[in-house]
Amino acid sequence: MAQTKKPFEGRGWTRRGVLGAGLAAIPAGAALTLIVRPAEATPETMKDAIKKVVGDAEIRKGRVKLDLPPLSENGNSVACAVTVESPMSAADHVKAIHLFNEKNPQPNVISVHLGPRAGKARIDTRIRLSDTQTVTAIAQMSDGSFWSASANVIVTLGACLEDNPT
Amino acid sequence: MTAQALIHVPKKAKRGEVIEIRTMISHVMETGFRRSQSGEPIPRNIIANFACTYNGVEIFRAELFPAMTANPFLIFRTVAVESGTLAFKWTGDNGFAAEQSVKIEVG
Amino acid sequence: MRAARGPVLAAAFLFAAGAAPAAEVPLPERRSGYDFMGPQTRGMQDDDMANPGMLSVLDGAAAWERKTGAAGKACADCHRDARQSMKGVAARYPRFDEATGRPIDLEGRIARCRTERQQAPPLARESRELVALAVYVAHQSRGLPVEDMVEKDARLRPFLEAGRSQFERRQGQLDLSCAQCHNDNWGKSLAGNPVPQGHPTGYPIYRLEWQSVGSLQRRLRNCLIGMRAESYEFGAPEYVDLTLYLMWRARGMKIETPGVRP
Ligand code: HEC
Ligand code: HEC
Repeated sequence: MAQTKKPFEGRGWTRRGVLGAGLAAIPAGAALTLIVRPAEATPETMKDAIKKVVGDAEIRKGRVKLDLPPLSENGNSVACAVTVESPMSAADHVKAIHLFNEKNPQPNVISVHLGPRAGKARIDTRIRLSDTQTVTAIAQMSDGSFWSASANVIVTLGACLEDNPT
Repeated sequence: MTAQALIHVPKKAKRGEVIEIRTMISHVMETGFRRSQSGEPIPRNIIANFACTYNGVEIFRAELFPAMTANPFLIFRTVAVESGTLAFKWTGDNGFAAEQSVKIEVG
Repeated sequence: MRAARGPVLAAAFLFAAGAAPAAEVPLPERRSGYDFMGPQTRGMQDDDMANPGMLSVLDGAAAWERKTGAAGKACADCHRDARQSMKGVAARYPRFDEATGRPIDLEGRIARCRTERQQAPPLARESRELVALAVYVAHQSRGLPVEDMVEKDARLRPFLEAGRSQFERRQGQLDLSCAQCHNDNWGKSLAGNPVPQGHPTGYPIYRLEWQSVGSLQRRLRNCLIGMRAESYEFGAPEYVDLTLYLMWRARGMKIETPGVRP
């Protein structure tokens, strides 16, 4: 299995890992950003966050395309694109696109609001993923319907990391 | 120092053409979920909102969360309807506010 | 899982231990760290609109024009247009510095103009402004080949040798040398990451791991920490000697600043 790491946490694991291995500590002067362990978002909290957006409406699979690399070199920056099939006319368009994650401390990533003037319902962005996990995109249409797509990303662990120097 | 932003919009476009708008702004996007060495929680410091207007009319808006990368990067689209100004505004924690605008010629 | 990481990493680091002394990478086989990255990260470096390092270039350009210090001067007041005056400068550093009788790196040179010419308070290593100025200055050399400074100035030779011996010396709790990874085992995988040859051509870089730009010294410090070896104060002569050796080792390779690395 690929090593995973958590960009929401600091670099404290290096030192702890070393000590855990019975080796000497890192020289003094190395400032560490330690870790807060907030409750992780879970598939449950993600469901709640989604419910806040869609209410009791049904979410259908389809019309949404979520592009994420299957493997990311660093969870601090994962390229992500969402495209929604829509004529983007006054009568039939995408009103909003919401992105959610399962395992970061908080389930929301970004919500964008657009309309027929967008011409094309697509956004490209970069997101943080604390770990290997599933990301879900939900599109809200002008007729009130919701559509979704999900994708899984494996986040690999960098080799020579650091404690924070400042 | 002020926040630097990089914005790319085509200088010229045909009326009715869908153009791509690319934005990136310098910001740490501190998540609020980390602690310093001394154990103090590092307070959240993010850009929470972004909006783009085209000749004064809002055409795109976003709410950002800590799961957005440092130096938020966002590409979206709009239909070129008339010559004028695209204005961009980012706001966030600790009174953060940045604005920038670019001209577009539509023929 | 987290508790297991240290030992897992330590074990992974040991792959090179016991290998014969390293031979330098033959000149035609040298490859930038860029070549070892995935398409996503390479794409970020290739596109100035997508490279977050370019935000730091903008920052540096603003600082270049800003008057400061008792002299009330901006860099631009003396050096004019950086696109001309700073072109090729980063490819010639570290240089021999008469004042101290030893090499000085680009950040050190900029920091000196700050205190001596602008008569302003010193800029700390890794401070946003010093890194931005260094990115801005080095960016003016993008695409230019790294010069062989030692060939041009024999006074640098002993410092080159000091840098080389640091690179080849086994050190730290894991008893590894830089050369074991970057000469002998480049291209191999370390805990799922490719080991690059360790060239300094993209610096200062935007590192995804840091979520910011940072200098070569910060990167070197990361490797020393990975080796469980002693790291130095930023600006220490050990780092400058190592930089001189790395730049000499990369002579002829092209400057990429601002590079993007995972
Ligand atoms: C155990 C293997 C290992 C050792 C020993 C090691 N490094 Fe590295 N080094 C790496 C890896 C792996 C990377 C790539 C970064 C990553 O993915 O974390 C790297 C990156 C670098 C880079 C950046 C290259 C680029 O393209 O930006 C430089 C420079 C470097 N190392 C120099 C050194 C020096 C100098 C030493 C000795 C003080 C050293 N390394 C020791 C594994 C090692
Ligand atoms: C009052 C004039 C003055 C100001 C202001 C000034 N410099 Fe300089 N700078 C010089 C002079 C003169 C030299 C070369 C002579 C020397 O070695 O001292 C120099 C040398 C340099 C060099 C080395 C060039 C080479 O080819 O080796 C760099 C890099 C540099 N300056 C950057 C800066 C930056 C960045 C700033 C602003 C933070 C700055 N300077 C502000 C006068 C100035």
